[in-house]
Amino acid sequence: MTLWLMILGMVIVTYSVRLSVMAWLGGDGLPPVIRRGLRYVPPAALTAIIAPALLMPEGRVDVSPGNLRLIAGVVAAVVAWRTRSMLLPIGVGMVLLWVLTAVAG
Amino acid sequence: MRTRRAEFLSGVRAQLPILLGTSPFGMIYGINAIKAGLPISVALGMSLFVFAGSSQFIAAQLVATSTPPGVIVLTTFVVNLRHMLYSASLAPYVRHLSQLWKYLLAFLLTDEAYAVAITRYQTDDELPADQTNFHWYTFGAGLTLWVSWQISTAVGVLLGAQVPESWALDFTLALTFIALVIPTLRDRPAIIAAVSAGVIALAAHGLPYNLGLIAAVLAGIITGLLAERNIAWTSERAT
Repeated sequence: MTLWLMILGMVIVTYSVRLSVMAWLGGDGLPPVIRRGLRYVPPAALTAIIAPALLMPEGRVDVSPGNLRLIAGVVAAVVAWRTRSMLLPIGVGMVLLWVLTAVAG
Repeated sequence: MRTRRAEFLSGVRAQLPILLGTSPFGMIYGINAIKAGLPISVALGMSLFVFAGSSQFIAAQLVATSTPPGVIVLTTFVVNLRHMLYSASLAPYVRHLSQLWKYLLAFLLTDEAYAVAITRYQTDDELPADQTNFHWYTFGAGLTLWVSWQISTAVGVLLGAQVPESWALDFTLALTFIALVIPTLRDRPAIIAAVSAGVIALAAHGLPYNLGLIAAVLAGIITGLLAERNIAWTSERAT
């Protein structure tokens, strides 16, 4: 039950954001400062999720070579940057993590 | 003017190559949601009604760490705020449509559907009068993605329990986000926003309920705006 209420909440906030300018505000749209600020949501939100996943896989910051997820993630970032592909970095990162885990283990 | 049917079908076709990227993503969401302990109905329900991949991933992860539902909803809001930009960007092209159409298109408004739709609107050289049926294109693209998202989620949910822990599939979340974030780092303010959000996320990791994520996004927006203004000032002085 609580989980369905949570979904309802997620639907309300997500749908409201999607409807906001298109169906409710209409006209001239957003004030420029909000429009500019929103441009930074994707880089900020994505990096805020990536950073702990790569740098603190065990709950504390680990930049040693033993942090296999950091190595795989950095390589995936380079692949993403050079190829602009969506799938290649995911494939390369995953395979690299498996190989490194097998070698280290 | 092209017919509704022709517009709808070319919207579907434009979306097809993108399904190569979103289908594995939906499957992995399904697997992770089951692994996180979500009931099957809830895992599928989130795809049916919320229809926002990255926030579904995060929500599943937060449920697994018993984050209160209110915090999960707030996190969803912050992560999906970017859709306001898409809504604003499409607004001029849907102004003439009925409210019902706007509600329909807004429900289907995801990163991928937006990318396909805006390309069509902006690269079109037909006269404005000939754009009457463009919304059918947007609808075709959005509906294609929605249907394939349901299928790939269902496949993931079915596989869920059988995927061994040692495959470390939870890491696909970070990898997917890496692939998504790199193209957004177009200029210096965007890079500064990303770096400060990352630093705050690490520093605030100890905060309860993953509130560090919300703090990090807000910090990123503010530093991005400040960096932008700073660069504008510097270049004004130089000229």
